[in-house]
Amino acid sequence: MYRFADRLAPWLAGLCVLCLVAGLYLGLVVAPADYEQGDSYRIIYIHVPAAWMSMFVYVVMATSSAVFLIWRLKIADMVALASAPIGAAFTAVALLTGSFWGKPMWGTWWIWDARLTSELLLLFLYLGYLALRGALETPQSASKAAAILAIVGVVNIPIIHFSVEWWNTLHQPATITKFDKPSMHISMLRPLLLMVLAFQLLYFHNLMVRVRALILQRENRASWVAELAEKNHV
Amino acid sequence: MSELMDFLSMGGYAFYVWTSYALTTIILLGIVIWSSRQLKQSRTQAIRRAQQHRKR
Repeated sequence: MYRFADRLAPWLAGLCVLCLVAGLYLGLVVAPADYEQGDSYRIIYIHVPAAWMSMFVYVVMATSSAVFLIWRLKIADMVALASAPIGAAFTAVALLTGSFWGKPMWGTWWIWDARLTSELLLLFLYLGYLALRGALETPQSASKAAAILAIVGVVNIPIIHFSVEWWNTLHQPATITKFDKPSMHISMLRPLLLMVLAFQLLYFHNLMVRVRALILQRENRASWVAELAEKNHV
Repeated sequence: MSELMDFLSMGGYAFYVWTSYALTTIILLGIVIWSSRQLKQSRTQAIRRAQQHRKR
């Protein structure tokens, strides 16, 4: 598992940078301005990927927490723990960029509507998860309690997703999840999908790095870690 | 030159657009640097432990 992560990481990083450069170029330079929102809509190229990742990472965290609770797989616990700070970062990005988009378009930095409030709750779930892991004395009980929190918190994900349909709000409805016919022109859609891919790769790369660090910390008595370390291969 | 100025002005939304991109860069770069630091630390610790082990 460690070697696998070690070999995969540079490929993920390279692909991520490639998508990032292409996505930013196509999104900021090539794509036309929006006919209603002008150039301010270009915040979409980081806002939507970050918001998507904030939910995706949480689902990964909750799923691996469940796997850890059911099958006692240590690696699943590490994946959940490694995901939490990355997910929190994406959530913060989604909230901040949303705020800087809301100000010129809605005339306000923040409103307590369903979408924004549930996304803020997501940030607190991530932070609560990390706080819980830090607060409990024994690592085993911390893993278990945090896993339960992660699983319970997953009910928030469909609330975030459907909040723009269930409640009337300033927030615009989904642009790309309409599978039949996206309401976006291809010249705007292509960079958005590239940015989503770039953020996705950024997460997986970061996850590999953090999981490797956790493996080295926790398996410090394992003979293979010592062997690798002796050969300076870690 | 004027093309570049046009690009940077973002149709009058320069402040909002570029602040968003700057904040995103800071946060995401921050987490990338933090993660790689953790890996580096764990590596040096593992190497040190292995060396101590060999000495014994």
